[in-house]
Amino acid sequence: MLRIRLFEERVNSLYRSGKMEGLAHLYIGEEAVAVGVCQALREDDYITSTHRGHGHCLAKGASPARMFAELLGRVDGYCRGKGGSMHIADQERGNLGANAIVGGSSGIATGAAFSAQRRGSGQVAVCFFGEGALGQGILYEVMNIAALWRLPVIYVCENNLYTEYTPVRETTAGSMRARPEAFGIPTEEVDGQDVRAVFAAAARAVARARAGEGPSFLLCHTYRFHGHHVGDVNREYYRSKEEEELWRTSRDPLRLLAGWLLETGQARAADFERLEAEIRAEVMAAEQTALAAPFPDPSEVTRHVYA
Amino acid sequence: MSTRRDAVAAPVREITFAQAVREALAEEMRRDPTVFVMGEDVAEAGTPFKVLSGLVEEFGRERVIDTPISEAGFVGIAVGAAMTGLRPVVDIMFGDFLALAMDQIANQAAKVHYMSGGKLTVPLVIRTTMGALRRSAAQHSQSLHAWVSHIPGLKVALPSTPYDAKGLLKTAIRDPNPVVVFEDKMMYQVRDAVPAEEYTIPFGAADVKRVGRDITLVATSSMVQVALQAAAQLAEEGISAEVVDPRTTVPLDAATIIASVRKTSRAIVIDEGYRSYGVTAEIAALIAEGAFDHLDAPVRRLGAMDVPVPFSPVLEDRTVPTPEQVAAAARELCGVA
Ligand SMILES: Cc1ncc(C[n+]2csc(CCOP(=O)(O)OP(=O)(O)O)c2C)c(N)n1
Repeated sequence: MLRIRLFEERVNSLYRSGKMEGLAHLYIGEEAVAVGVCQALREDDYITSTHRGHGHCLAKGASPARMFAELLGRVDGYCRGKGGSMHIADQERGNLGANAIVGGSSGIATGAAFSAQRRGSGQVAVCFFGEGALGQGILYEVMNIAALWRLPVIYVCENNLYTEYTPVRETTAGSMRARPEAFGIPTEEVDGQDVRAVFAAAARAVARARAGEGPSFLLCHTYRFHGHHVGDVNREYYRSKEEEELWRTSRDPLRLLAGWLLETGQARAADFERLEAEIRAEVMAAEQTALAAPFPDPSEVTRHVYA
Repeated sequence: MSTRRDAVAAPVREITFAQAVREALAEEMRRDPTVFVMGEDVAEAGTPFKVLSGLVEEFGRERVIDTPISEAGFVGIAVGAAMTGLRPVVDIMFGDFLALAMDQIANQAAKVHYMSGGKLTVPLVIRTTMGALRRSAAQHSQSLHAWVSHIPGLKVALPSTPYDAKGLLKTAIRDPNPVVVFEDKMMYQVRDAVPAEEYTIPFGAADVKRVGRDITLVATSSMVQVALQAAAQLAEEGISAEVVDPRTTVPLDAATIIASVRKTSRAIVIDEGYRSYGVTAEIAALIAEGAFDHLDAPVRRLGAMDVPVPFSPVLEDRTVPTPEQVAAAARELCGVA
């Protein structure tokens, strides 16, 4: 969680200082969802991700240096600079890619689950998506098929209360859980700020999937501390400063975990300071490596259109 | 450039276009256990056109899979399966229904390899139908191959004979890229010689279906027969027409087309897609770029009329190019009208 937080703070700073171009959607505030879920996975399990995908990618084990390089359009990036923030894929760790079409990767995740079932590999696939994807038809098409064919897929809905600049009450009718339940898919609802709760629920869903019992749906309540994307700084027309402040101070997933670790005597304040220094150094070094990396040769533009 | 059957010395055996498709699938499924077929009513029903009849008996429901009516859903699932070690062949009953799955085709399947910098590949085949003249009306008659040909990252095959249908589909299944194969519904019962032994047809290799001297007719899919019929009429009048079938619009064998036009100095492009912004425009522009100095007349285009395909037979018949129209255009270009 700390690696995601510090990585993204640097992304924000790189973007604001004009060193990074394009769009970047920060995951800060939602770290416990990616980490709790990916902690329950094997390295060869699949994930698909969203436009807000840095957290999922890092939680699945990606290298910050290669991610920075991708965000900066360098040839050393995960996709040789061709994907950018919204399309990072890391095949070695089962990350089938971030997707800039809301709901667009639900077919891919379900297909990866189908393929895992078919190959008898024991792998599962996790589909991360925001609550905005609940408005997209393909999600229901694939949930129907996943339930019929008992596919080892876990649909993880990150309800951060806003689709871009519109509150959830204006985008989502009825009950979120009732939708997968209509297909007979078991659902769980968890506090997405509590990494232990997310992990426990994800572990149950993964066990179900590996046992051949089919898909699950995990509804995680969470919040993005920053704007929809890094340029979204004046947000008061759609959500109040007070609301943001409340989540930051009392619902920060890092502080919640640290508090529990301190209370139960599993860590001391000094441990956190050391950890933070270590990871900050790692992230800074990764950023420097990426900034020094070369851009792709212009001839790269026509490579990889076809395999 | 041509890879015609002269290369294959085999006892002649005639099968239908539908049988050729089925044979290609069966042979590839026997060869490669990761190949499977998925779509609506493909198993016991063998599709409404009976193209896949018998496959489920040999390969079982594990590999010939009936899906719900969920074009976006099962194409999306096929994309994910293709990215993770399988080779899906998806059946979309009518080409018109590509619209329902277009995000999965244009934004997912076509983009994954490039966006991932070459890391991920999508060895997916989508088989679908095209073509009017079945009195099926506006939502079951379109030829939408120009739509997919427009998107980089996809390959597009348009077989015009049983021989090509088999060879092109086998190549499509072995290709590491997403390929959309359009089959004209009117051609499923057409019979032709197809060798019993193994062969494939490379993509991007046009076939000269008839050699001629005076005018080039570039035609795709069922329009190849229309062009050949026109060529037969023209031959009686002393005009020698060459018929070139690109067989794949992506990749497109521009070299064979241009070489033919440089030889004949005249060209008509015939395709069943809507005329505006279509395949005919693309090929006509390529000819203008590559053979302008050789042209004795402007390039002509014949496509489907720019109207939703009507139901009434008298109306529907007017929407698709006919041999008479092709022949008339050829006479005009040759100055004998
Ligand atoms: C199909 C589609 N429509 C619209 C958009 C533009 N868009 C990008 S992100 C977004 C909001 C997504 O909200 P949600 O799914 O809740 O995810 P969050 O951003 O909250 O993480 C929208 C509308 C898009 N990328 N894809």
